[in-house]
Amino acid sequence: MKRWFVLAAFLVVAGFLVLLGTGMRPFGAPKAFEMDQYFIDYTQAEVAANNVVTAVVFDYRGYDTLGEATVLFCAVVGVALILRKVRR
Amino acid sequence: MSVVVRTIARILLPIVFAFGGYVIMHGHLTPGGGFQGGAVVASALALVLVAFGEASLKKYKDLLSALESLGGVAFVVLGLIGIPFTFFANVLAGVGGLFGQSVPPGPNPGYLNTAGTLPLMNWAVGLKVIAGLGSVVVLFGLFGGEDDR
Repeated sequence: MKRWFVLAAFLVVAGFLVLLGTGMRPFGAPKAFEMDQYFIDYTQAEVAANNVVTAVVFDYRGYDTLGEATVLFCAVVGVALILRKVRR
Repeated sequence: MSVVVRTIARILLPIVFAFGGYVIMHGHLTPGGGFQGGAVVASALALVLVAFGEASLKKYKDLLSALESLGGVAFVVLGLIGIPFTFFANVLAGVGGLFGQSVPPGPNPGYLNTAGTLPLMNWAVGLKVIAGLGSVVVLFGLFGGEDDR
């Protein structure tokens, strides 16, 4: 039962990734400066912010900042774990 | 430390705290933001630790822990309020109200009441970085002492 569930989950995830892969653009098709120009052109209209860097960090790529906050949390937990008081 | 260090620290600390708050508060207008301003305030906590000793910061340990959790939860909640569109959708931008003023396109002097959830997220990340790096500094300061951590 558990084995079949794992296999089904694997097939679903793998099929999803393959499906996404077939829909991708050709290699190198969206040139890098197109994305940059999009941020420069539309940040003031979409995010209503003057600071494009902050708009990218907290709006367009908010997941990335969430990961950075998690990394910081892990670092603090590691320091607290190593420097804790050991009862002997 | 000596009286010279403590006097200089008393003069410098309000300036450093105010500068850190300024960097966090203007994160959507100027270079900087939550991480950078939080690091500035955490360096001020390190100055407190060096100048006044680790006993002066020990009683703030629980407060720093609570602030860290508060910053993390506030960041995720601010991401979740845009969930009808996507995670981290900026629903407060350009609709009026809190931080909802829209900016005119092109160069402008910068307005504080803009950018939607970005300033709030800056404060959340700022609190998280202040409390996180501050806890690290306090833990290093208390390490090796006889007292209970």
